[in-house]
Amino acid sequence: MEKKKVVNVDMKQYGMFIVLIAVYLIFAIMTGGKNMSYANINNLIMQNGYVVILAVGMLLCVLTGNVDLGVGSVVALCGAVSGIVLVDLKANMWVAIFLALLIGLLCGMFAGFFIAIMHVPPFIVTLATMLMGRGATYTILKAQTKGPLPENYNFIGAGFLPTIKVPFGSGTIDLICIVVAIIASVCIVFNEIKGINTKKKYNFPLNPIWQLIVKDTVLIFIVWFVFYKIGRYNGVPFVLLIMCIIVGLYYFITSKTVAGRQIYALGGNRKAAQLSGINTDKVFFWVYTNMGILAAVAGIVLSARNGSATPKAGDQFEMDAIASCYLGGAAVAGGAGTIMGAVVGAFIMGILNNGMSLFGWSTDIQKIVKGAVLLGAVTVDLMSKRKKS
Amino acid sequence: MNSLSDMDNFPKDYYKIWRRKEDRMSDIILEMNHITKEFSGVKALDDVNLKVKQGEIHGLCGENGAGKSTLMNILSGVYGHGTYTGDVIYKGETCRFNHIKDSEAKGIVIIHQELALSPLLSVAENVFLGNEQTTIKGVIDWTETRKKAAEMLAKVGLEHENVNVPVGTLGVGKQQLIEIAKAMAKKVDLLILDEPTAALNDEESRKLLDIMLDLKKQGVTCIIISHKLNELEYVCDSLTIIRDGHTIETLTKGQDDFGEERVIKGMVGRELTNRYPVREGVTIGDVVFEVNNWNVYHPDDAERQMIKDVNIKVHAGEVVGLAGLMGAGRTEFAMSVFGKSYGQKISGTVKINGKEVHLNSVKDAINNKLAYVSEDRKTYGLVLIDSIKRNMTMAALRNFFSKKGVVNENEEIVSAEEYKKRINVKSNSIEQVVGSLSGGNQQKVVLAKWMLTQPDVLILDEPTRGIDVGAKYEIYCVINDLAKAGKAVIVISSEMQEIIGTCDRVYVINEGEIAGELNKDEVSQEKIMQKIMAHNRKGE
Repeated sequence: MEKKKVVNVDMKQYGMFIVLIAVYLIFAIMTGGKNMSYANINNLIMQNGYVVILAVGMLLCVLTGNVDLGVGSVVALCGAVSGIVLVDLKANMWVAIFLALLIGLLCGMFAGFFIAIMHVPPFIVTLATMLMGRGATYTILKAQTKGPLPENYNFIGAGFLPTIKVPFGSGTIDLICIVVAIIASVCIVFNEIKGINTKKKYNFPLNPIWQLIVKDTVLIFIVWFVFYKIGRYNGVPFVLLIMCIIVGLYYFITSKTVAGRQIYALGGNRKAAQLSGINTDKVFFWVYTNMGILAAVAGIVLSARNGSATPKAGDQFEMDAIASCYLGGAAVAGGAGTIMGAVVGAFIMGILNNGMSLFGWSTDIQKIVKGAVLLGAVTVDLMSKRKKS
Repeated sequence: MNSLSDMDNFPKDYYKIWRRKEDRMSDIILEMNHITKEFSGVKALDDVNLKVKQGEIHGLCGENGAGKSTLMNILSGVYGHGTYTGDVIYKGETCRFNHIKDSEAKGIVIIHQELALSPLLSVAENVFLGNEQTTIKGVIDWTETRKKAAEMLAKVGLEHENVNVPVGTLGVGKQQLIEIAKAMAKKVDLLILDEPTAALNDEESRKLLDIMLDLKKQGVTCIIISHKLNELEYVCDSLTIIRDGHTIETLTKGQDDFGEERVIKGMVGRELTNRYPVREGVTIGDVVFEVNNWNVYHPDDAERQMIKDVNIKVHAGEVVGLAGLMGAGRTEFAMSVFGKSYGQKISGTVKINGKEVHLNSVKDAINNKLAYVSEDRKTYGLVLIDSIKRNMTMAALRNFFSKKGVVNENEEIVSAEEYKKRINVKSNSIEQVVGSLSGGNQQKVVLAKWMLTQPDVLILDEPTRGIDVGAKYEIYCVINDLAKAGKAVIVISSEMQEIIGTCDRVYVINEGEIAGELNKDEVSQEKIMQKIMAHNRKGE
């Protein structure tokens, strides 16, 4: 009889996830449950949508062992472009979105060209795009806020998917949310069963069943918690849909495709990647071009949520995105990190911001706390890695 | 009185007394007794004993992972007192080092395999790195630094070296000697060298070993760790063999046989009668790989020709060696063929399976069934932070493990498992991080990576550098299997023995040109050297 192969679920993988839940619960106690209100859960998603989108793009840069400092400026520039197109030119919303994405693409390609073809260090190139982008934004907006933006455009950042509200308790609940939560729960369970079957088929070691049950129960609980809360509010925010599509797409790219693998290989050892037939210049170019496009998406979402385009928009967003990646366990030297980690990191930042605001701490104090959390989390992460080796 | 335990004790005590007497007579400088060191429950060293006499050169050998470096790290204080059990007695005192500084204060200096020089600083600055010559506290006395640096360099045979040039501009051999000069500047009594010749060619190694003999005359005691047994035989007065964390035996020059066979037997615990496995049942077929009129210029200097009119061909099932001294251009040749990864203004033709191919990128090379296993696995071969599986499939991912850009992870795992078994990579699982493997196992992973690209032609550049005898044997077996499977194999090696032991035919390369060709029945170390010398004379 062959011995049954069993491995434990790697807890380290879920370390930051547990931190996320812990931080949320701490603030729940501190604020007396205020951060659990229907409206606040909705806010958490709407406020952090663009940080999540940026963190996803930034993760690819971080995987190569670099960062993109120009993100915040590109966000502002793209928002400004759609603002001008909508307000001054009175053009169609789709034209505005198209032009904003195009500008983002060009900004990304511009950085990508200097990094991949001219071999200028990314830190310098993106420092330059940060200055140039911000300068360009102030110039085209003449240092003034452009607004208000039309209702249909604002839907992207502030709108909700159609709802079927039915009376529930003292208010109503959206049936669409319930349906989505049911579908998500079924997917989680189905995915787990599929995973187990594949492992059985190839005779890979299995995780103990109780661990998987605990893991999936927690996941399903969170899904229901979130969708119940937003269901009692206004239904599914459109931002959540955009976010889920982007996160899903990039999760797939980084973990299942050759292109994703090439980014990891490049970040882990550039020379070895080159000698394994990977065109590292091409990888660099697309990583930074991609960052430009995602920055444009974030710019559109942000301006739509605010209902206006301001030259100060997206200030220091790059720092939030970078911090999210590192909080999510990405290696500073590159080659290690996950999309899910970056998303969790982004939500930790978001929950911190949100909780501290509710608690009434000033943004100055918030910065100190965020800095300390980043430093603490990365220090603990590095120490646990050192212990292992 | 318990007579039985007395009886037991008697011979042990007697032995102790006898041993002490001998110690006194021969003046022991260092004694390490019953050293046991565990890493999270795994015993790296188990009751190891080492005795080094004053003024001798003491060799330390054993397979990779046997515990040599761990032992030396304990001695030098890298693993502080209390993290191990046992005693370190140096010059009659029990030592409790907690830091390298503590051992250096006592005159024990360790030179690690990886050089600890700062490439952009001058030779003089490097010699006194961390030991700066100062006037008032903190202000460097440059005159003194340069003067003393020159003195130290003279001690290691570099009296003509300019102390003001950046260290990075010198060759590895000289850098290694500068490391020793640096140690000398610290008033060293016991010098520990960890694989000092790993990156050196035969000539440079010889020079370094002679310097060691010179230092011995100056009264410095040395401990040398090396895989190169002929070097240990040449330089050592005694030799301690470690296997799996145990001391096996200590051999003394004049009393014991220092020959390679004898030492290997101690290291691997069995007699490795044939260091090169016999290749049987191979039929040499048609020409698979052919390079003609190959010319390459230096990547930074368009005038400097690195490879001149090289022509080689390799048949199916044939193992062909590229022999030559370091810097002869073998790696440059291989890399320039492999998708123009080296050099500029490359001209010439490459034929694979009789068809001319244009390999303008590594991707082209892989698609045309050419593989190149680079000489420096850590820098050019592996992503050290990634798993065995992902490293193995890195080069073959696009062609064999994906459909429309999406990776087939299950096939990937199956293949990685298969190769792990087939070439015996010792690890817990294929998910283990490559950086945590021993050198030999890392090399096997690199080999698997290229075997998975299903090549017809494999170029193996220094396939056994820095790995132990057992792992070498396994690599040779893999080479044999490749030949049996009808692949054309090119082996580049600086160890002439290896070339002779593994190859059917040898091209001798010197200064970027083919200096001669030798068949298996005529090849010998002398013949190779003769070809090189003759070529040098022709060039003059």
